[in-house]
Amino acid sequence: MIWVNAVIQGLLLGGLFALFACGLSLLFGVLGIINLAHGDLAVLGAYVAVALLPSVHTNVLWALLFVPPLFAVFGYVSQRTVMGRSMRSGPLTTLLVTFGLSVVIQNALLEGFSADSHSFTLGALTTRSLHPASDISLSWLRMGILVVAVLVLVVVQLFLSRTGIGRQIRALADDDEAAAITGVNTRHVAAIAAAVAFATVALAGLAFGTYAQFSPTSGSNLLIFAFEAVIIGGLGSLWGTLAGGCVLGLAQTIGAQIDPTFGVLAGHLVFLAVLAVRPNGLMPATVEA
Amino acid sequence: MTEMATREGAADESPAAPSQVSGVRIRRSTRSSRLAIAPALIVLAVLAYLPFLFAQDTTNTMVNFFILLVLGMTWNVLAGYAGLVSVGQQAFLGAGAYSVLWLAQQGMDPLAALPVAAVFCGVVAIPVSWLVFRLRGGYFAIGTWAVAEVFALVTIRSSALGGGTGTNLPGLDGYDPVTLGALTYWAALAIAVLTLLGSYLMLRSRVGLALTAVRDDDHAAEGVGVRPAGAKRVVYLLAAIGAGAAGGVLAISQLNVQADNVYGVQWAAYMIFVVLIGGIGTLEGPIIGTIVFFILQQTLASHGAWYLILVGLVAVVMALWSPRGLWGIAERFGVHLFPVGYRVVHPEESQS
Repeated sequence: MIWVNAVIQGLLLGGLFALFACGLSLLFGVLGIINLAHGDLAVLGAYVAVALLPSVHTNVLWALLFVPPLFAVFGYVSQRTVMGRSMRSGPLTTLLVTFGLSVVIQNALLEGFSADSHSFTLGALTTRSLHPASDISLSWLRMGILVVAVLVLVVVQLFLSRTGIGRQIRALADDDEAAAITGVNTRHVAAIAAAVAFATVALAGLAFGTYAQFSPTSGSNLLIFAFEAVIIGGLGSLWGTLAGGCVLGLAQTIGAQIDPTFGVLAGHLVFLAVLAVRPNGLMPATVEA
Repeated sequence: MTEMATREGAADESPAAPSQVSGVRIRRSTRSSRLAIAPALIVLAVLAYLPFLFAQDTTNTMVNFFILLVLGMTWNVLAGYAGLVSVGQQAFLGAGAYSVLWLAQQGMDPLAALPVAAVFCGVVAIPVSWLVFRLRGGYFAIGTWAVAEVFALVTIRSSALGGGTGTNLPGLDGYDPVTLGALTYWAALAIAVLTLLGSYLMLRSRVGLALTAVRDDDHAAEGVGVRPAGAKRVVYLLAAIGAGAAGGVLAISQLNVQADNVYGVQWAAYMIFVVLIGGIGTLEGPIIGTIVFFILQQTLASHGAWYLILVGLVAVVMALWSPRGLWGIAERFGVHLFPVGYRVVHPEESQS
């Protein structure tokens, strides 16, 4: 039963990873940007909630109303300014700029909020859970996060496939010059994609804050986990990302069940194994020629 | 980059047969590089003599300078020439430090263990390269980072190596502190000089030519038959050896090895910063960058996080507005201390 519980917790954790990976996957798929500040942005989102609403320690639901929209604006503006500019100088510049931003965000948070860790609560919901069997606990909060993750993935997928702006984003991803020729305002559309990605990052940061303690330096690990979920799942496929998140979550919880210090390492090892055996991931969107 | 135009035409010419085209010669050195040889040797001699002039504090500081310099130079060759933007070179820094620790625990002299540790890192880099070379661009960056995390997590599982809290480096009790300080300094200096010479010679070799060709235009390079994969792997192994040696010196100079310190991602930040500010894709850049970074570190380190915020901001600004770094500004005036390219000298210019 302990193992069944580990599997269930792993799948629930996978939802959180998928939520993290969604923004990373979107930015890379559409803009070709690897955002090395991804994890730090999530943590920044959580700290914005801490700073603006001291009461988030009692209920984080309020933060959901304003942090993701705020980050959407932030994403739009940064894409129109710093990120857009760096993209025109090539992928190396983008990497270096986002890495520089990551260092800045981490240390600014350290300076502003000290190294103390925080976490969010959702009132009574934080600790409430279902107990279908003796050793199995299904936290409502964690199930809620999984549901939110699936919803976000569905909404992003529908947004990309069904809406006009989504079509323009996909056109941009396929061929930005051709998209520009047919009248797509590429800079605006790229910034919309960044806005969506940033909003999901903020959401992921808030979700993480309810899951575990976070501190200014939590971002690095989150970036690596999100990235591993994307690679395990397969590049460019949002459903693959969900699968990848679940595989990583399973590896971590089962690893932790074997030995509490082995969890994160087990996740990394599964990632390396996938890389060695199936470098295109479990569910690649496209088959390489 | 000014050498680009001449490089393709000259690539197949061996310097030994320069006179096939009448009166045109291929020159590999520049006036500034020839003028710089004597001062460079003097600087080297002064640096080598430093332990006799200054107290141990100064040489200890200089050891950190050389470690940073080696990391900057190897990362520069990786990212600036081979296009391998690694955020995980601290894997080899840590592996080098822990190899020295392990060898010392087995009774080997830590200083003698340095070259062994460096070579070990090169060997470890072979299987690592199989994995991470499957990733491109930014995914390579995060993949190398994940590998560094794996190295750290595996290392702290060993209680003999100090677990997560670290342990002291044994085997140095036989040295008196002053001698040990001087020996560590010379080891660090030697590694820095070897890294510089090694990068210079490698970039002038066939491998370097292939890399610069691929960096400047990969399609054109593949069109004329350059295969970048092998060259990139060579660079990756050499960079791992350099980082491993730096890690070994770090362990000896700190007399202590701790996983969070030697495997920390802040090292990647330092390497990137040093290279960015000095000028990526030039051999001179990391030297300038290390000097600037070091001055910043010495003056601002007491301000804690503010110093790293400033470092990050400068990196962003440099990447966006001055991608060729400080040395890029110098190169505009035609200064080359380490010319790795080929330039065609027309007869009328050759007197100059």
